[in-house]
Amino acid sequence: MMREPSKDGRLKETPSQTAGPYVHIGTAPQSIGREPLANQPGPVAYDGPDAITIEGVIYDGAGEPVRDAMVEFWGADAQGRVGEHGLFGRATTDFKTGEFSFRTVKPGQMREGLAPRIDFLIFARGINLHLHTRIYFPEDRDLIHDDPELKRVAPKARATLIADRIDGGAKGAYRFDVNLQGDNETVFFDV
Amino acid sequence: MSGLPFYRRERNQHPPAYSPGYKSSVLRAPFRPLVSPEQTELDTSGPTFGHDMLGPLDNDLIRNASQGGEALGERIIVHGRVLDENARPIPNALIEVWQANAGGRYAHTNDGYLAPLDPNFSGCGRTISDAEGYYRFRTIRPGPYPWPNNGSDWRPAHIHMSIFGEAFSQRLITQLYFEGDPLIPLCPIVNTIPDPDVVQRLVARLDFKNQMPFDSLAYRFDIVLRGRRQTYFENREEGA
Repeated sequence: MMREPSKDGRLKETPSQTAGPYVHIGTAPQSIGREPLANQPGPVAYDGPDAITIEGVIYDGAGEPVRDAMVEFWGADAQGRVGEHGLFGRATTDFKTGEFSFRTVKPGQMREGLAPRIDFLIFARGINLHLHTRIYFPEDRDLIHDDPELKRVAPKARATLIADRIDGGAKGAYRFDVNLQGDNETVFFDV
Repeated sequence: MSGLPFYRRERNQHPPAYSPGYKSSVLRAPFRPLVSPEQTELDTSGPTFGHDMLGPLDNDLIRNASQGGEALGERIIVHGRVLDENARPIPNALIEVWQANAGGRYAHTNDGYLAPLDPNFSGCGRTISDAEGYYRFRTIRPGPYPWPNNGSDWRPAHIHMSIFGEAFSQRLITQLYFEGDPLIPLCPIVNTIPDPDVVQRLVARLDFKNQMPFDSLAYRFDIVLRGRRQTYFENREEGA
């Protein structure tokens, strides 16, 4: 039944199902006016003086903001270290505006040649298996250009992965909008 | 923990993004091909969670939102193991769950279904797997409820489950269904998974012998997350 091995002797991964419109109950109770559980990940992974803010909207194929999504972010620390040093958090999109916002550190380079990035997952009603994209930073254009990971992404599509600096915003404020469909569809990964 | 990369996700074991029978997917499904890069340290490690983060009632939804009483409904234990594709147990997997109450109503600002709220039930809980990958929580069996899709469709009884393994690549959110529920094959969300045999892996089985006598029935639900490749060589071969 559930653990039937496949031909190669491996078990099959449990299939995904949509997180649905009530994802907040289990993953972000503060967004529906409840107390979060102890140590539940939230939108602030780091709040030191050098913290960065990333905000944005996820647009559907009709150009409407997705107002019931839960997003997760995972990135290296400022020295490029992952594992126990990595920074993780989650945010929800606003029920009225669709805006999400989170705070973390600008990640360092994990390795020579790799541009700093934050991995970004989207869970929502209508999304059957979470979508996985990456947030790169506009000040790292040279590293992005040379990153072997991104060579297989056409330059125009690559631009969908690079956050904008918010002019006149707080220091370290970035904008990262996501388009689920359309001419400017965001690049999603199967990692 | 970082380490060896993971097997590629077998996309035919998951629902496709565009599943027009489930109308919400139509405007939310990307159409461009996914990009498959090599896995980096960020993909092969992930956030970790410890048993010390859990409150004493986090895994007991019958009592963890009590206003003086216990939640109404059919009392059940859900338990099983978290394994990877190599059949190795995954310890310290965080499992967060959320669900409707026994009448099919969610304690959520956006749910307007006419069934009443239960003052002693929030529908939110969590647990962490032990050293052998074993997990359990106690709850009430949620009720089915109608939702607008093709007119009034009905969701089978289900529990939403969010699972963190040892690496971000294993991240998974899914839904648990109950053996024998006649609404399962009628559900447009279940049917986003094209293969009915694959759907069976989301169906918890009645585990009669593991009931709590005179208290709760038990359902068994094992979870399989992606497994790591056995060698780097295997990765290079497929990653070309």
